[in-house]
Amino acid sequence: MTISISESTGTDLTFRDAVRERSGEDIHACFYCQKCTIGCPTAFVMDYKPAQLLRLIQLGQKDKVLGSSAIWMCVACETCGTRCPNHIRLAPVMDALRQMALAGDYKPEPAIYALHRAFLDNIKLLGRVYELGLVAEFKTLSLLAGGPATLFRGLGADIKMGTGLFFKGKFGIVPERIKRMDEVKKLYEEAVRERG
Amino acid sequence: MSVDNKHPSKTIEYSYYPGCTAEGTSVEFDRSARAVCEAVGIKLLELEDWSCCGASSAHSLNHELSLSLPGRNVALAQEAGLDTVIPCPACYQNSMAADRAFRQEEDWRHKMESLLDFEYTGQGRPRHLLDVLSRDLDTDAVKAKVIKPLQGLKVASYYGCVLVRPPEVTGWDDPEHPMTMDTLLEAAGATPVDWSYKVDCCGASMTFPMGSVVIDLSTKIVEGAIEAGADCIASACGICQINLETRQAVQNKMPIFYFTELMALAFGLPGVEKWLGKHTVDPRPLLRERNLLAR
Repeated sequence: MTISISESTGTDLTFRDAVRERSGEDIHACFYCQKCTIGCPTAFVMDYKPAQLLRLIQLGQKDKVLGSSAIWMCVACETCGTRCPNHIRLAPVMDALRQMALAGDYKPEPAIYALHRAFLDNIKLLGRVYELGLVAEFKTLSLLAGGPATLFRGLGADIKMGTGLFFKGKFGIVPERIKRMDEVKKLYEEAVRERG
Repeated sequence: MSVDNKHPSKTIEYSYYPGCTAEGTSVEFDRSARAVCEAVGIKLLELEDWSCCGASSAHSLNHELSLSLPGRNVALAQEAGLDTVIPCPACYQNSMAADRAFRQEEDWRHKMESLLDFEYTGQGRPRHLLDVLSRDLDTDAVKAKVIKPLQGLKVASYYGCVLVRPPEVTGWDDPEHPMTMDTLLEAAGATPVDWSYKVDCCGASMTFPMGSVVIDLSTKIVEGAIEAGADCIASACGICQINLETRQAVQNKMPIFYFTELMALAFGLPGVEKWLGKHTVDPRPLLRERNLLAR
């Protein structure tokens, strides 16, 4: 697949250095063998494939990269990083890109962002994740962010999965809260102070 | 550290981090892990007041939290100074990342030490349960505990993604063709099958926001096990187990065990039937058919 790059919009050569610094990965070492793309389990739902993303970063195509859905589709399985002949780990690069996208007002994939938000809110509240509470908040956030279409996509399969697990007694019914919540609170405050 | 096989009654202590799914969707992993450890002389001391490691969400959205949340648990483990046994591969990987940061990033270590009022001694490391059971324990010690060999049960050992990757962080088994689980299950009398999907990803947390992706990936893995002639799959991860079990789109559903359930079955430990009853793909008919479970 050919990607057109644009000189006029969104070329920012400081971007590639920023990604390199934030991720700690040497993006310039990529010579485009595409092993990362070939091994990636979620490449089939990505708009730009992993190797293409690396090339776009090298070329300073900030808007294309941070606005892509691909950075949200990565599940951090580390297949790419394990196989890269130049030892580039893409998982930390994807983490850095997601965080840069959020800091720069690029729109995240609504359902995936909703899950991560619900997760971090759950920990902030209880110190641990309470699965039923997590699912409830995730569904609510998805609905608010993506509208009813997001909520109903795959709902049949999800309900089947959820009720099956519920009736097997697999969900804890009572949420557990840790004792020293003050420590978790401190960690969240520190994270806000560091990154805003 | 290794278990003294000449003195099988001697126990070795480890700290234990159950992880959030231990009281929820992977309760039978936690219970079977505890039972198997006890049987082989491993004493697990649960970390007091442990908290969530941040799973895949902290590292996706916030670098600080991705280290500090698992960092709190690494901090809790310092006083005992023992290796910490972790059954969940994601918790394990996050804890390893935090432990590495404690060792390598001095400024961050000082900050965490003052925030949480502890001292990082670096004694004891986060370890995955499979790593401990396969490397600290002699295969003969496992064989010695087997009273009901899993004869005739063909098992596809499924390691999933982050358990053995990235090799710089985990590095105790082959990242492309791991064998530790195969060896353990063989010691329990099962027949491991050769297959090509041992370390393919099941789609992990995508199961919430994009279930269809996980249906694709998990079905491919289960079909791979069927093609290799396996009766069932053994997993070492809560989210892999649940994805493979509930998201497989195949005609005859394949049972997905935790590897510790199979070990407990071979050891004849009480509780096995209760755990097996919690599976949404009931594995008991298969085991009865092979005379591994009373009819």
